[in-house]
Amino acid sequence: MLFGILVGCFYAAVSVGLSVAFGLLDVPHVAHPALMVLGSYCTYLLGRYGWDPIVAGIALTPLFFLLGVAIYRFYYETFEKRGSDAGVRGLAFFFGLAFIIEVGLILVFGVDQRMVEADYIGKSLSLGGYRIPWRLLVAFGVALLLTAALTLYLSRTFTGRAIKAVAQDEPALRLMGANPVRIKQWAFGIATAVTALAGAMLIVVGPVEPSLDRVYIGRTFCVVVLAGLGSMTGTLLAGLILGVSESIVLTLFGASWAPAVAFGLLLVVLGIRPQGLFGR
Amino acid sequence: MKFWIGVAATVALAAGLALSGTNEYFFYAGYVVLQFVVLATAWNILGGYAGYVNFGTAAFFGIGAYTAVVLFKAVGAPLGVQILAAACASGLLGFGTGLLTLRLRGIFFSIATVAVIFIMHTAIVNWRYVGGATGVQLLRPPAMPLFDSYTRMLFVVMAVLAVAGVCIARYIEVSWIGRGLRAIRDSEEAAECSGVPTLKLKLFACTVSGALMGAAGAPLPMYMSFLEPASSFDLNYSVSALAMPMIGGTSHWLGPVIGAILLGSVQQIVTVTISNEINVLVVGVLLVVFVVAAPDGVLGLLRKLKWLHRSSR
Repeated sequence: MLFGILVGCFYAAVSVGLSVAFGLLDVPHVAHPALMVLGSYCTYLLGRYGWDPIVAGIALTPLFFLLGVAIYRFYYETFEKRGSDAGVRGLAFFFGLAFIIEVGLILVFGVDQRMVEADYIGKSLSLGGYRIPWRLLVAFGVALLLTAALTLYLSRTFTGRAIKAVAQDEPALRLMGANPVRIKQWAFGIATAVTALAGAMLIVVGPVEPSLDRVYIGRTFCVVVLAGLGSMTGTLLAGLILGVSESIVLTLFGASWAPAVAFGLLLVVLGIRPQGLFGR
Repeated sequence: MKFWIGVAATVALAAGLALSGTNEYFFYAGYVVLQFVVLATAWNILGGYAGYVNFGTAAFFGIGAYTAVVLFKAVGAPLGVQILAAACASGLLGFGTGLLTLRLRGIFFSIATVAVIFIMHTAIVNWRYVGGATGVQLLRPPAMPLFDSYTRMLFVVMAVLAVAGVCIARYIEVSWIGRGLRAIRDSEEAAECSGVPTLKLKLFACTVSGALMGAAGAPLPMYMSFLEPASSFDLNYSVSALAMPMIGGTSHWLGPVIGAILLGSVQQIVTVTISNEINVLVVGVLLVVFVVAAPDGVLGLLRKLKWLHRSSR
């Protein structure tokens, strides 16, 4: 149960980026988990030079921010601007992008699992008979901070509110004299930057392999849809729900059923309440 | 009329090749290309005509393959029965998935189909009867007397399936169903308002598309004489089935066929000469390049060329 809560917060943190990109900006960003795994591998590379994974993750954020801006710029120029049929081709584009990243990682690093070294990895904290691995606690802490920071950013700052405004009514924003494309570009950059940090946590929590993004397509989209598109508090709650239900299934039925939990939950949510818990 | 002559010629050509003394490897590779023709055509019925992107090809394909395995293990059913049953099972799966998600916007349907892959995969991994995660070994029955080897027979079977798939897709395209689906792609609200039964049509397309994918998967266990969940529910099938129509052109039945033959052959060559990873990379890169630079695929490019040709005269 406790394990579920810790993992749940971690799931929430890996999904906030997607929550912004897909939930607020309506970009069908299927490549989000692939970018996250890319972040993990960059962390691994820096880790080999003795960098702490979390520090490495933070150091990577500006780079990923630029990457995100570039991706959105490209997506906008080729699909959103042309308008017609953007849905089908955009989806295909991001799906292809995910595959390119995955195979690129396989070609560079091979299919083996990779992990990082840090003081808190491998040790655990004993608490009244339970043993909680430090790596989960660290990821939990960073996850909470990240989600809280993003929530505050979106609700308190000027740009944050602007991002929300784009999500609500783009034409109106255009009439106000603001440029929605620049705001979206900024937001997508932030979403991608957050993904770098999420990737760093991913490799802290456990070993990473290139095809890991496939499972996370289910987890992240499950969290975002369950949360209600673009709702940050919802994301946290949905992450917890997913984490706890995964750990329940894990103990009751065994590890081989665990991957289906996120996808099953996703299907159920889509079938019953597609607007999610905190739907707009 | 021209179409039906083409159909007859294709089947005759496949059978003739299989009976002649061509190298065995040709059939081994040709089977895979033809299989992709079926998958791409099936994908295009929903993805190309109606504009609903299906990422779940692997799920339908895998369920088809496993239906065949179950039937073969349980009652030793012949190949024809296996294919029919696989088509029914996958069609049902398509109907179910569609019922659950086709009311929603396109991307939710896409994500849901990814979910279907993983759920089916997990279910099969946990099903002992079909071998679980380690897979199941099968003994091929002897080939029909006319053919030298089983692979040759499967090649012809797949050719017939491909032709049947293309016929179905073409029928849907030229009939009122295709017109309805295209209306849905262009504007779902407008279609609904002008009396197109959108949900029914989408469900129909999803079912037919799923059934064809299942039929394509059914001969796989016999082809490999071995089946395991990780490779039969591989997302690579999904990305290929999506890339091929996109590369060939989605608006015409010929598009997926061109795409599948082009990309399928390239894949076979790359897999043999370089490596399997590069093969997936090629699919991904080509998909992105075509989606960005040539939204109407090879067919669109050809059409443009023709138009240029005419206008220069």
